[in-house]
Amino acid sequence: MDLSRRQFFKVCGTCAGATSLAMLGFSPNEALAEARTFKLAHTTETRNTCPYCSVSCGVLLYSLGDGSKNAQAAIIHVEGDPDHPVNRGTLCPKGAGLLDFIHSENRLQHPEFRAAGSDEWQRISWDEAFTRIARHMKDDRDANFIENNDTGETVNRWLSAGMLASSAASNETGWLTVKMARSLGLVALDNQARI
Amino acid sequence: MTNHWVDIKNADLIIIMGGNAAEAHPCGFKWVTEAKAHRGARLIVVDPRFNRSAAVADVYAPIRSGSDIAFLGGVIHYLLSNDKIHHEYVRNFTNAAYLVREDFDFNDGIFSGYDADKRQYDRETWDYQLGDDGYVQIDDTMTHPRCVHQLMKQHYSRYTPEVVSNVCGTPKEDFLKIAEMIAETSATDKVMTILYALGWTQHTTGSQNIRSMAMIQLLLGNIGRVGGGVNALRGHSNVQGITDMNLVTNVLPGYLRLASDKEQDFQGYLDARSPKPLRPNQISYWQNFPNFWVSLAKAFYGDAATPENNFCYDWFPKLDQPYDVLHMFERMHQGQMNGFISQGFNPLASVPCVRKVHEGLSKLKYLVVIDPLVTETSEFWRDMGDYNEATPADIQTEVFRLPSTCFAEEAGSYSNSSRTLQWHWKAADPPGDAKTDTGIIAGIFYGLRRLYEQEGGAFPDPIVNLSWDYDHPLEPSAEDLAREFSGSALVDVADPKDPTQTLAKAGEQLSGFGQLRNDGSTACGNWLYCGSWSEAGNLMAKRGTNDPSGLGFYPDWGYTWPANRRVLYNRANCDMQGQPWDPTRATIHWNGQQWVGNDVPDMRLTAAPEEDVGPFIMHPDGVGHLFALKSMAEGPLPEHYEPFETPLGVNPMHPDNPLALNNPATRIFPNDREQLGGPDEYPYVATTYRLTEHFHYWTKNVLLNSILQPSQFIEMGEELAAEKGIKNGDQVKVFSKRGYIRAVAVVTKRLRGLAVNGRTVHTIGIPIHWGFIGVAQKGYLANRLTPFVGDANAQTPEFKAFLVNIEKIPTTTAV
Repeated sequence: MDLSRRQFFKVCGTCAGATSLAMLGFSPNEALAEARTFKLAHTTETRNTCPYCSVSCGVLLYSLGDGSKNAQAAIIHVEGDPDHPVNRGTLCPKGAGLLDFIHSENRLQHPEFRAAGSDEWQRISWDEAFTRIARHMKDDRDANFIENNDTGETVNRWLSAGMLASSAASNETGWLTVKMARSLGLVALDNQARI
Repeated sequence: MTNHWVDIKNADLIIIMGGNAAEAHPCGFKWVTEAKAHRGARLIVVDPRFNRSAAVADVYAPIRSGSDIAFLGGVIHYLLSNDKIHHEYVRNFTNAAYLVREDFDFNDGIFSGYDADKRQYDRETWDYQLGDDGYVQIDDTMTHPRCVHQLMKQHYSRYTPEVVSNVCGTPKEDFLKIAEMIAETSATDKVMTILYALGWTQHTTGSQNIRSMAMIQLLLGNIGRVGGGVNALRGHSNVQGITDMNLVTNVLPGYLRLASDKEQDFQGYLDARSPKPLRPNQISYWQNFPNFWVSLAKAFYGDAATPENNFCYDWFPKLDQPYDVLHMFERMHQGQMNGFISQGFNPLASVPCVRKVHEGLSKLKYLVVIDPLVTETSEFWRDMGDYNEATPADIQTEVFRLPSTCFAEEAGSYSNSSRTLQWHWKAADPPGDAKTDTGIIAGIFYGLRRLYEQEGGAFPDPIVNLSWDYDHPLEPSAEDLAREFSGSALVDVADPKDPTQTLAKAGEQLSGFGQLRNDGSTACGNWLYCGSWSEAGNLMAKRGTNDPSGLGFYPDWGYTWPANRRVLYNRANCDMQGQPWDPTRATIHWNGQQWVGNDVPDMRLTAAPEEDVGPFIMHPDGVGHLFALKSMAEGPLPEHYEPFETPLGVNPMHPDNPLALNNPATRIFPNDREQLGGPDEYPYVATTYRLTEHFHYWTKNVLLNSILQPSQFIEMGEELAAEKGIKNGDQVKVFSKRGYIRAVAVVTKRLRGLAVNGRTVHTIGIPIHWGFIGVAQKGYLANRLTPFVGDANAQTPEFKAFLVNIEKIPTTTAV
């Protein structure tokens, strides 16, 4: 019986305790930290990908909360996915700090607005944010959209606004973003790959 | 990467140059360790700094930052003059034997067709000689004076070991040892891989740095090979995916180039991108461009895209010039922009010349920042004293800051450096009112669409007709979006070989880009990702750990574009008879009827080896390009040019031609040229880089990483420190013509002065990770120092080689 550490956890989860298997002579290849088994025993394991560099290591997110209606999940532990072919359960010093990114005190909580000339933020609602941003963009686009260039060629572009997209965003976000940007005629469009 | 992370274990020789995988990509670097430990592979590191990759290398050589083409040109010279090339591969799989036009020329650093006023080339002469049959003329003996092989020999004859050492500061014996090790992999049973990153891209010659190594790999027969290839270790987790999705000024998803103003005719636009083969029997796969483009237009505009309106060709913007990030901030600085959206991007920190970026942002009417975290960009207006001088009352920019989810709070796919799309799942709700990026984009777009429906306005058609067929229109799910970019049949798609057979029924997901059509019967947001969500389901979510070949391909883990192929150009892993060059590293082979094996063949399955179908199927000639034809801005063969801020004041390769001092085709705006410093005032080369404990400007918001590396420092060599009276731990000021930073000096043996062109050149190392926001100690944005100039092809800024000066900050004694 040759068990990986991850499989060992799974087997142990269905047994009375970790030690009983070990006493029968089945021990994992690596040392087992029993305290961690207890810590994670009632968590939900979710497969995810480290958002930092392009090794894109597999990570396991462990959250409290069983998914029932009023239970809010809280991520309490992050570790490398031992089944992942590239990182094989390891994480680097960047990835090892992911839990502190998720719970950073500098995570933004609410839409905010900084007025012209102001030195502070004011909290606004999503509706207000979307309405005011759309108004700005439409006024700008209507005033500056170029349907034809100087020689009369059809060009349909909007040059007075620009957008930088994120290469830490998902492909799905990228696809929706490119649809929106090009439908508006945006050509001042770029992302971190440039830099 | 042409290959993939785990494949590094199959290499015999690994060279890391223009990167530092041990610190920047630690969990990928383990495959270097694996190759060393279990295959006996050797590791070469060439870098200005003795970094942690160098610490475990078999051979390390220092190099002056910004001189890589001289080094690599020296390697090309070594390979050609010592006849250390893979002959069969070079003759059959590259354009070495192809004849170039008689009027192509190179004279003292400048190729034919240069316009010094425009700083651009007319590339007309950078082309093949064509025969009456329309095909390229070839000399199989490779002795014709106009064949690429001979032109290369001549071009690189100047790159002798002495010249390399003089330009790069690399000791000659170190260079020769490395050249010899590289040359050994010209044998059919020896393969080298190259790992590079921003150390090559962030130069005004960045694209040609990479091309130089691609040429070396072609000469050695190492591309398409297991354990070989040219491998870009990319930055962010999804920088490959966002590149593929082409959130860039001049390209649509799947690398479909946008039309220029002149291209008013739809058919002409398609034809110009669908090149006919330049040699008999070649595939020239871009001939499928119309299938990809029309399917993309259908994904954008659905029923509104019809053959009658050229599938909304005119609804896509046309370009008079590219508007990349540097051009964008130049225009912002000139007051030509009103609005700017920054999605998960912190340009105040990451774009060169912070002062210019700050002035640009201050001229906007509205700025929208979408991010999970507080960034410097969203707070650019805040007075942070020395770290960010600003007078909020004078800055009239309205700023909207919208909180987005982070990776843990959303589902979706990232494409890693190996081109593998991996799905991830949501583990928790975001904090406060934060929304997914798709919810934020949808919110802004719906606001706009409502206004255009109510009020009309400038060209509303693309906005009111944009396809938005999602179950949750105000927050489209990742699943809906992935199905859309993967593609589906809009009507039954018939098999062209047998029209009575249906390949995909109306409404079904497509299984691959071979099913895309140019008649509007298919919709697909990105042809490269076609089939990633097929009728079999979400293949990006596959987590199979089987590895039947033992080579580490893991074909059932995620989905790798294109077509789940793990090594690009894998036809070149085989000889002319279709059998592996090295049977111990076999992927595909010809079995007499078709191509079969452990990877998805990068070749028409029934193309018999005797048909001579080249492995580089995207090229009209089917071969790898040693001579780049018209594809590069500054010439078809890489040439050494000095960084825009050179410590030498002269290009040692062309001391008498000022036109050839820097890259002659690089765009530089006039006010940025004025901001360049010279070696008299700024005598030291500075190079920026990253630490293993931090990720860009992001992890200074993360407590653990901020504890590991809490405060800003720079690195300098012992010799320079002694010269300047600076001791380890002293506070220093580093300044360029554009700005300054203050930091702690780390005096180290890892950096040393190099003898270059008769003088000693010192390098100062600038880790980038600090700023005026975060839970780490406050610091100065490193880009206060950097020049606003980019690569001639990619416009990637020159962050790796610029000039600074340094002085000790006197300690004030407390009274």
